[in-house]
Parts: sequence; structure tokens; C-alpha cells
Amino acid sequence: MKIIIPIKRVLDPYTQARVDKQTQMVDLTNAKMAMNPFCEIAVEEALKLKESGAASETIAVSIGTDKTVDTLRTALAMGVDRAIFIKTEGDLDLQPLHLGKILASIIKREEAGLVIMGKQAVDNDNNQTGQIISGLLGYSLGTFISKFSLSDDAQSVEVSREIDSGIETRRLHLPAIVTVDLRLNEPRYASLPNIMKARSKPLETLELSSLDIDVTPRVKVIGVVESGTKDRAAKQVSSAKELLEELTQMGVL
Amino acid sequence: MERESIEYDVVVVGGGPAGLASACKLKQLNPSLSVCLLEKGSEIGSHIISGAVFEPKALFDLFPEDAKDCPTLNNAVKGDDVYFLRSGSKKIKVPSWLTPKGLHNHGNYIISLGELCQWLGEKAMDLGVDIFPGFPAENYLSDESGRVCGIATADMGIDKQGNQKGTWAPGMNILAKQTIFAEGARGHIGKQLIKDLNLDAGKSPQHFAIGFKEIWEVENDKHSEGDVLHTIGWPLTEGASGGGYLYHFDKNRIAVGLIVDLNYANPYQNPFKEFQQYKLHPVIKQYLENGRRISYGARAISKGGLHSLVKMDFDGGMIVGCNAGTLNPGKIKGSHCALQSGMLAAEYVNKVLNEEVCDFDDIFKSSALHKELHQSRNFSSALHKFGLYIGSAYNFIESNIFRNKLPINIKDENKDSDALKPSGHAKVKDYPAPDNEFTFDITSSLFLSGTNHEEDQPIHLKLSDSAIPLGRNLSQYDEPAQRYCPAGVYEIVEKEGQDCFQINAQNCLHCKTCDIKDPAQNITWTPPEGGGGPNYISM
Repeated sequence: MKIIIPIKRVLDPYTQARVDKQTQMVDLTNAKMAMNPFCEIAVEEALKLKESGAASETIAVSIGTDKTVDTLRTALAMGVDRAIFIKTEGDLDLQPLHLGKILASIIKREEAGLVIMGKQAVDNDNNQTGQIISGLLGYSLGTFISKFSLSDDAQSVEVSREIDSGIETRRLHLPAIVTVDLRLNEPRYASLPNIMKARSKPLETLELSSLDIDVTPRVKVIGVVESGTKDRAAKQVSSAKELLEELTQMGVL
Repeated sequence: MERESIEYDVVVVGGGPAGLASACKLKQLNPSLSVCLLEKGSEIGSHIISGAVFEPKALFDLFPEDAKDCPTLNNAVKGDDVYFLRSGSKKIKVPSWLTPKGLHNHGNYIISLGELCQWLGEKAMDLGVDIFPGFPAENYLSDESGRVCGIATADMGIDKQGNQKGTWAPGMNILAKQTIFAEGARGHIGKQLIKDLNLDAGKSPQHFAIGFKEIWEVENDKHSEGDVLHTIGWPLTEGASGGGYLYHFDKNRIAVGLIVDLNYANPYQNPFKEFQQYKLHPVIKQYLENGRRISYGARAISKGGLHSLVKMDFDGGMIVGCNAGTLNPGKIKGSHCALQSGMLAAEYVNKVLNEEVCDFDDIFKSSALHKELHQSRNFSSALHKFGLYIGSAYNFIESNIFRNKLPINIKDENKDSDALKPSGHAKVKDYPAPDNEFTFDITSSLFLSGTNHEEDQPIHLKLSDSAIPLGRNLSQYDEPAQRYCPAGVYEIVEKEGQDCFQINAQNCLHCKTCDIKDPAQNITWTPPEGGGGPNYISM
């Protein structure tokens, strides 16, 4: 069984997002980029399945400009077998429906039995792509997965997801799309020797235009604003009374 | 899992201007050499911070064709003013003829050193250098004969107590015919090498300063691209020395900072708060009004000049840039010197690898770098020894009247760590609370540095003797680490009615000030898990 892991390059969540005054968009000039943390968890889970012998091959897929290759190399260095890079000309505003269609075409081409991906990317927080792929392909779907196991006959997976009333467990028939949550596992490091080895692993580049998918934007982001609250210095108070006074003074109460 | 080894012709430690210049130059001299470069920051440039007014000649020497395309080289210096700040409100403009020649910035550029390094990193990769960001070298390796033969990287995935976590991954030995150390000021391996190989024999101790920098986005009418402003005097008074700067660069951004010499005597001195107060001087404040602070950072600078420059070559490698002490104190600029030292090292290392007989001293002494360092060799020691007024007068006379041809050597043999006087004899300094408009506290500042460390890992700031902070340091100097650290790493907190010395290692900006200034020399900075530390953008 082949596993496909769609991954996304995002602004490093540990760095501060800044809004460009002119464009009203997040300024990514020279910003530090990283693999979306949920995608790292997806990679880790796929690698575990490969190591257990349940998967024959793990394939990471990503869409973007040339720099995206760095993120795919990280996945290869973590242990993924090969990578597919869908190259876009310039920074396209690709939305979940576009991504879903692109990824669905790759999943079909590779005849993957399982797709493991992050539940959402921490930049846009859409939480849609996995669901859209499932709809497009008619594959079973498990979202927000915090526990995962493959059945002995390798025909289905049992997944647990956190819901308001507790934990819900479902069995999904393969082929399936699974979108993962933080608690599933702790992703491994890309070690230096593995980074070196990853350089010779196969990485296929496909031009987005060759896939013949309409990527006309359907949603327009009008602008983004910074929350602004993080700038405020934290203050330690010694008692509930002091806290109450502070809050009253700030006009919160 | 066994620790793996790999061999390269040359391994370079540190992705700053010195390391990148040596890697690029080596590949230019001999494309068939295998060269790798390790950088402890998560990306090239993420731990780099500098003012920076940059003298571009060395960059054009390295890339004669391409340097003009370097994107950060887009702001030629236009206005160039120096002010002497007499107090928190008074100022005197220093006429251009009276400023030492090295401080004239005509022909220079206001750049982001981080962006320059990113560009150099891409150049290096194009030339075929293997660059590995996020992997600090932990220590150097030597063979039976004592010859340096590479470096070892640290294990990853070790918990607070030193046990292996589930994600544990062993480090690696990178063996090399030649190893070039370019870690920046007070590099942790450089410090060890200088000691082990006696590279500082016959030299004055290195002198350091701590440099602060903030980037502000300011209003259109307050911004004048290309203007450079330097100050001396206030707030560094009463035995403290240093200077401030404010540079207008692109996109309505201003870089503002203060350099505080680390030979200050008053243990109550708080360099971070001095910097915050500095921004309230009318000369500075006028530009920042209604502006927004977007980044913050701090880093130690080695500024002893030629008298403190260690022997740069040794069996198996070189030590270059600020790691060795190549900054030109007369110009208060180190980036162009770092580039030059890296290129000289590459030239020498390439000859050694070709088994040509040569002496690094000959290469160095005939270089432009040596010439300029020789000219300004007395600059900072004169200021240290004679104070601001007479020291400045001396520097003016030596550089502008005698054109740096005086056969005089002024040396400062006192270590920065010995400069503190006991707190009982020192004046307690009170600083106003932050106004959150121009002045801020450390917490909100740190947030703008992007500093991040894996939390569950051993504390990377090692105490040789854990009793010293609350013992000798507290009673004699009121533990100055609480104040000199620009990241609030060191705190004395009360726990169950007892004083407790707390090290908030996750805040560390990797500035190395603690390693330098601790009066007991009890703190050793070691690299935390790879990729940890600040994430500076365009600093």
C-alpha cells in the first residue's frame, strides 16, 4: 500500500507574523518558513506505518514555488521515500478546492491506499483540503485524528477523534483520507546524516500547468490585521485583589 | 544507533560573513574541494545581527560581477551626522572635520547583515557548498598528534535531565582536512581552541561590548532614506562607554541601537535599560514618534582590535572573523573585516591543501585587512585608558592629524570580567519604568526576537560552580547577571522563602555576554539543541 502525505510550507509558527502596511497581507519577505506542524505529524505517522511493514512506499507531495523543495527535502530527510513537487509560477493564491483537485489527481495517479495529512495548515487555518479530496475521490474520511491503527487484514483503519462529548472511534474502509491532530505522535528530527542522504532521494517535479486544473481564485481575502495583543507585556500580579484592580483599571471589567 | 562520520576537505563552522566568505572563496579557488558549512541558527541569517553600515569593497572583491545584485546593497549612505549627547536632553553636533576619519561613511551602505548572509548563503550553495542550518558544532575533534581534524555535532532529543527522549537522534562527526571556525564573537569552540592552543599568547585580552538593535517602522515624514546618525556620551556616563546609532533604511524602517562596552565598572549598570532610555533622547525620539517597533535583538561584539586579535592559523585549521577578533574598532565595523578574514583564510587553506609552503602571517601582513586594523589598533584601548574626552582627542589626533602613522601602541590589559567594582562601592542605578511607547520591558522585546528553544532539554548555560551566583556574586556584585543579560535569562527568585538562582535558558539570544562578563567566569555558553535561539528577520 502506498501512502501519500500532502505537506505545506508555512510561516514558521514560532516566528511572529507581520502585516505589510501596503498590501494588507502577511509579510513573508525573508521570513522563516517551515513545514506545517500538523504535516510533520502526518509524516511521522506514515513513517511508522512504513516501518511496521504495513506500507510499501511513502510519498510526500507539496505545491508551491521553488522554495517548497526545501520542505519536501525535510520530509525526505525525516524518512519519506520519494517526493512529488507541483511547481507553480509565482505565488499563486491557491485555495482548498484547487489544492484538493491537484492532490486528488496525484492520489489517483499513484493509486494510493491511504492519504495522511494535517488537519489544517497553521497559516490559513482552512481545515478543508482533506475533506474536499475525500469528496472528490469518494474515499472514506477521518478528521482530527489523535489515535490511529491499521486493521490486521490491512483493509481498514480504526481512528479516534476528539469531539465535544469525548472520544469518538470510527472504522474507515480503505482507501481513506485521514487528517491528523496534534496528539497523534511526536515527529522525529531530520538528523544530519539523513539530511545528507535525502539529497539523493527521488524528487519529481510537475508543472502545475501540465495538470490542467482550473485555479481561478473563488475566494478573495480582503485584508488581514494583527491581533496586537501579544505586544503588550505580561505582568505578574501577586493576588486576586491586585488582578481585579488591574483589570478594572484597564477598563476590561 | 551509532554516531556516524563523514569526511569533507573543509568544514566551516558558522554561517556569518566570515564563514560564508571563506566557503565561497574556497570553492572559487578550487571548485573540486568538498566544503560544508554548519550554522546553529535555524536558517542562514537567523542569528545574525548588526547595525549595519557596511563598507562594500570586500564584497566586490569576493563577487566582482554579482555583488551589485545583492538586494540589501540598496541604500547608499547620504547624511552622516555625529552627535555628542551631553545629557538626556542636550546635544552637540560634532563637526565632520572633528570626527575620526574611520567614522566617515561616504561610499558605504546601510544594510541588513542578515539579508547579506542569506544572499551569500545562496551564492555558496550555487558554488556547491553543502550548508546545514540548524546544526551547531558542539566541539572540535583532534587526532593523536593534537591536530584539529573536524567537529562533532550534538545529539538531538535529550531531555532536561540528560536522558534520551523517544525522538533522540545521535550527533555526527564531520572530519575535515581543514576546519575553519567562524562562530562570531566569543564562539564557544573558538574560546576553547584559543585556550587549548594558546592562540592568544602575547596578545591583550579581547575586549567586548554588547550591542542592541531594534527595527522600527516609522511615519513617512520622519524617514529619510540613507541617513546615518551616530552618538557618543549619554546615557553611557560615569565610567561606562560606548555609543548609539540610528540608521534610516528602506521601507520606512529605522534601525536604532546602543553599543555598551563590557568593561563597565558599576554592577548596577543595566545595558538593556540604558538602551531603552537612549531612545527617549530628543535626537532619537523625534524619528520614532508614532512608529512601531518590529524587531529586537542583542549580541556581543569583539572590539579589541589588532592588539587582541588572536593567532588565526593552527595545525588543521583557522579561526576567523569576530571569533578571532578582526573587527575594526576605529570604524566600529566588523562585517567587511569578517569577509576579508574569511577570504584570506580560504586563500591560505587552499594553499595548505595543495601542500604549498606558506605562512599565514605573510598573507595577513600584506593584506588590506591588516593595514586597516594596524591603523586603528589604538582606537578602543585609548578610549578605555584615557576615557571619552582624552581618548577621543587622542583618536582624532592619531587618525586625522598623523593619519594613523604614529609609532605608538596603547594596550588595555584588563579583562572585561575583572572590571566590576564591588556593589557596596557602587551607586545603585534606578531606571524609569517602560512607557510601552518608546521604552519596553524584556518580555515584550524578546517576543520580537522570535527566540524559541525546545523546552525539554538540558540548560545550555553551564555553571562551573552552582554556588557562586548566590554566594560570591550576590554578596560582592549583587549578581550582575540579572542586569547584563539582554534576555532576562538570569533571575534571583524566591522559592519557599529562599533565594534561588534561576536560569531561563529558553530566553537566550545567544549573545554570549554572560560568558564574557561574569566576574567569576563561572558561566559557559554551550549550544542548545539545533535550531534553537532567536529567529531574526533582516537584522
